Amino acid sequence: MVDLSLKTAAVVKVKPRAGRDAWIMRAFILVIGLYLVVTLAMPLYAMLSKSFNTYYFDLARYEVQINEDGDWGETIDVAALNAASNKYSRDQLRTSSDGRLSIVSMLENFSFRAKTLYRLRNVHASGSFLSGSELVDDTNWHEFTSNEFRRVYLKPVKTTGLDNFRQYFSNPSLFNSIFNSLFIAIVTTIITITLAFTFSYAIARSKMRFKGGFKVIAMAPILVPSLLPGIALVYLFGNQGMLKFLMGDQSIYGPIGIIAGSVFFTFPHAMIIIQTALSISDARLYEASDALGASKTKTFFTVTLPGARYGLISASFVVFNLVITDFGLPKVIGGQFNVLAVDIYKQVIGQQNFEMGAVVSVVLLVPALFAFAIDRIVQKKQVALLSARSVPYQPKRNRNFDRLMFSYAAIIAALIVGTLAICQYAALIKFWPYDLSLSLTNYDFDVMDGGGWGSFYNSLKLAALVAVIGTVAVFTGAYMVEKSQGMQFGRSLFQFLAMLPMAIPGMVLGLAYIFFFNSPNNPLNFIYGTMIILVICTVTHFYTVSHLTALTALKQMDREFESVSASLKQPFYKLFSQVTVPVCLPAILDISIYLFVNAMTTVSALIFLYSPDTTLASIAMLNMDDAGDIAPAAAMGMMIFYANVAARIIHHFLSKRIYSKTQAWRTR
Amino acid sequence: MGARESTPSQSAAPFLRVENLTKMFGTFTALKDISLDVYEGEFVCFLGPSGCGKTTFLRAIAGLDIQTAGVIRQAGKDISPLPPAERDFGIVFQSYALFPNLTVLRNVAYGLENAGKSKSDIKQRVDELLELVGLPDQGNKYPAQLSGGQQQRIALARALATSPGLLLLDEPLSALDAKVRTRLRHEIKALQAKLGITTIMVTHDQEEALTMADRIVVMDHGTIEQVGSPLEIYTEPATLFVADFIGEMNQLKAVSVGKNKLRIGDIEFSCQPRISSGQNGVATIRPEDVVAFEKSRKTSQNVIEVTIREMEFLGSFWRTILTSKKLSDQSITADFSINAVRRLSIEKDRRIRIELPTQALRFYDSQD
Repeated sequence: MVDLSLKTAAVVKVKPRAGRDAWIMRAFILVIGLYLVVTLAMPLYAMLSKSFNTYYFDLARYEVQINEDGDWGETIDVAALNAASNKYSRDQLRTSSDGRLSIVSMLENFSFRAKTLYRLRNVHASGSFLSGSELVDDTNWHEFTSNEFRRVYLKPVKTTGLDNFRQYFSNPSLFNSIFNSLFIAIVTTIITITLAFTFSYAIARSKMRFKGGFKVIAMAPILVPSLLPGIALVYLFGNQGMLKFLMGDQSIYGPIGIIAGSVFFTFPHAMIIIQTALSISDARLYEASDALGASKTKTFFTVTLPGARYGLISASFVVFNLVITDFGLPKVIGGQFNVLAVDIYKQVIGQQNFEMGAVVSVVLLVPALFAFAIDRIVQKKQVALLSARSVPYQPKRNRNFDRLMFSYAAIIAALIVGTLAICQYAALIKFWPYDLSLSLTNYDFDVMDGGGWGSFYNSLKLAALVAVIGTVAVFTGAYMVEKSQGMQFGRSLFQFLAMLPMAIPGMVLGLAYIFFFNSPNNPLNFIYGTMIILVICTVTHFYTVSHLTALTALKQMDREFESVSASLKQPFYKLFSQVTVPVCLPAILDISIYLFVNAMTTVSALIFLYSPDTTLASIAMLNMDDAGDIAPAAAMGMMIFYANVAARIIHHFLSKRIYSKTQAWRTR
Repeated sequence: MGARESTPSQSAAPFLRVENLTKMFGTFTALKDISLDVYEGEFVCFLGPSGCGKTTFLRAIAGLDIQTAGVIRQAGKDISPLPPAERDFGIVFQSYALFPNLTVLRNVAYGLENAGKSKSDIKQRVDELLELVGLPDQGNKYPAQLSGGQQQRIALARALATSPGLLLLDEPLSALDAKVRTRLRHEIKALQAKLGITTIMVTHDQEEALTMADRIVVMDHGTIEQVGSPLEIYTEPATLFVADFIGEMNQLKAVSVGKNKLRIGDIEFSCQPRISSGQNGVATIRPEDVVAFEKSRKTSQNVIEVTIREMEFLGSFWRTILTSKKLSDQSITADFSINAVRRLSIEKDRRIRIELPTQALRFYDSQD
């Protein structure tokens, strides 16, 4: 048979006509895709371009005339004026977008009481200066008395280039943070992975008792902000710490504190991944190893470790990413030890240098993107392992081994519970270490910095909104992308945008939001400073994991459901509401609790975006700690913990009820 | 190509007419310039090995994967660009795709809702359908509580609920075990005959196609090899591919020596008129068409003497492997009844005479 059909000219290609369903689905993809573009791609672009913007005062753009005794003197270029007074060096003329330069500072012997008159004009139409609060950007001469002239300020001009980066890398106090951040992240990763692997190994491979309890306790750090372990460490090893004597001449404020706290808050993340990897290993391999007479150690290194390698690699990069992007913990316990995430905060909040904040953000993006990319590649391989048919490993009883594993797990559990207990204890003590009587004064948040109880309620409101709105948006988006047809390019683009948030550190996202949404030209400017922007930012920040959860659930659905429904002339939304959503309800609930818990504990992105009306519990913690109110900060941290525990319990019972109601079909 | 011979009610206009259908996936051509007519009330099977394009063809007819070029008309109307929802068909998939969280009743009623029907009408129709597929009292169960065969019948009931003009079955039986499969074959065929609904079924199982179809469309590499009744397909394969794919077939190297003559090894045989024009090719004959003789009988045309190399008892018959130097040592597989084996005392290593009957012996050009 010769393939002649398509070569003959008469062939007309069939143009499929999209039905109503296809159009509605495309509209949904477009809307949610647009949401991601506006809340992710455009802010990031704004931040990137900001990092390349440099501002400096171009003095040659101004001319001045001085009238000291009735006659106007000759016209002087302001650059010449500066040269004459030798006031500012080239470097000193560099500034940020909000920089202002007083013109009279370059005049020697200036007095605002003098009767001198001044004239100033822009040489170019692009130059501008401020007279009081009035912007002057024409090229006419403007006349001022000396009293008026002292309120005249020059505005900087913008150029684009790598100048900011050059400046960053020529400043050791800034770029040293790169090494500090990498050091903290790598050391934490090694410690956490070792501890979490042993813990997961105890759970998967021993017959120790109390496994369920250990697992629940190991998950607890997820329910608190990352700065909470920092507060516990301050109470234990800080300047007035209970166990300070153990520190010798080391200080907890610095790398030691950051690493210890980071291990605490990254532990559950690593444990989940490694445990999954260990639980899929094949029992037949162990039987084979046994039959070949391999020793236990040899089996461990030839079967167990290689089997879990993808899990270990993936967990390593997840931990690395969490630590290098974390802001709350180094802020609380970092002392003089600078890391990238805190640098962004210092540049933006402390020095109002937004351009440099953007530069540090770009620097922080590099390792984060790198870790993210490797994790994705490894995850894909892990999935391939999962789908293989294997026989699950059943641990055998071994008294000594079980006892050893139990002791280990008990120590880890005790450390976690202990950390939380210290915080709770600290919160209830009147005034550590002088008055150890118990009281509730530390819960009187309203008399402290940070927004009082209002911030706790704001956090609950934020978490609830994020859980509801985020779940609806994420699940709907995932459904449309997974089940719609055609528009291959649009769907790939959507997928990319949905994966991107995971690679973007919270600080970077928050800063990007300032640049994008706070711009007066942005029609969405009105959401700045409201609860809306906090909700949007949080949904976007935690989009990826939710999206992947939804996709996994959707992929398990028969892909012919849509075909059957269409052949029966039923609209897709009927299928969506009557079949897809009910069947995926467990996954949907998982997404919502994930979003809730993260919205309660997140600090990084929102630190730049909250306003006095929208203070949040986790940020209040940070601010109270900053103000020296450590006990109230601990109290607030524990309130977040209890709120999350309550949400978890409600989620548990809700799932159970929904399971028995709508998932009846699962039981035969 | 020996397409479109002896179809029922050919005088009427075809219900489904496919003209020059081509489907490309990127640079891969899944269907090449396919044309086919399907008549009202017919049961047509698309049969072929996996990857032959049969499922792609079905999905094009359903509008699930619309063709790159070509026209499909259903009941006189060009449906080529239409999405599935605007076409008139019911479909059953291999996985059944029953909605797991809906009861059997609601699964079957799914297509009847929001069509302006009253609740009692829907209930009546669903009961009727469940009765039709023989599961009248299973309505309140969930699909997971049913056996595979029952699920299959529910999927069928759901597809038939809206009384579509065309029923599409995509390997509907291949997920079932052998016994259930045989029973359901008959049930589906009987149901189709009773409803008179035009049906297209995709299958890779030739037995299924032979027992169920009015006409079989044999496909390979994205083209139609032959269209015909099961008997035509079996007894008069149009191509060597069909001959080889359907049933057991001996293939012997042969040379064509005239319109009705071919030579295998040293011996000349008379055969069916050849279709192709090549010189070197393949002679084919089915094992059950080989006839064994007593040694005493007089020689006649197409008879040769062979040695029985191997014998294998297969229950209702014996399978033998026969060889002869005169066939340049090519072996022939032949099936003999238990009766014949006893009567002719056929045993291993004995020599017997066999006939390759003219009406069963065909010549094809070798493929490629």
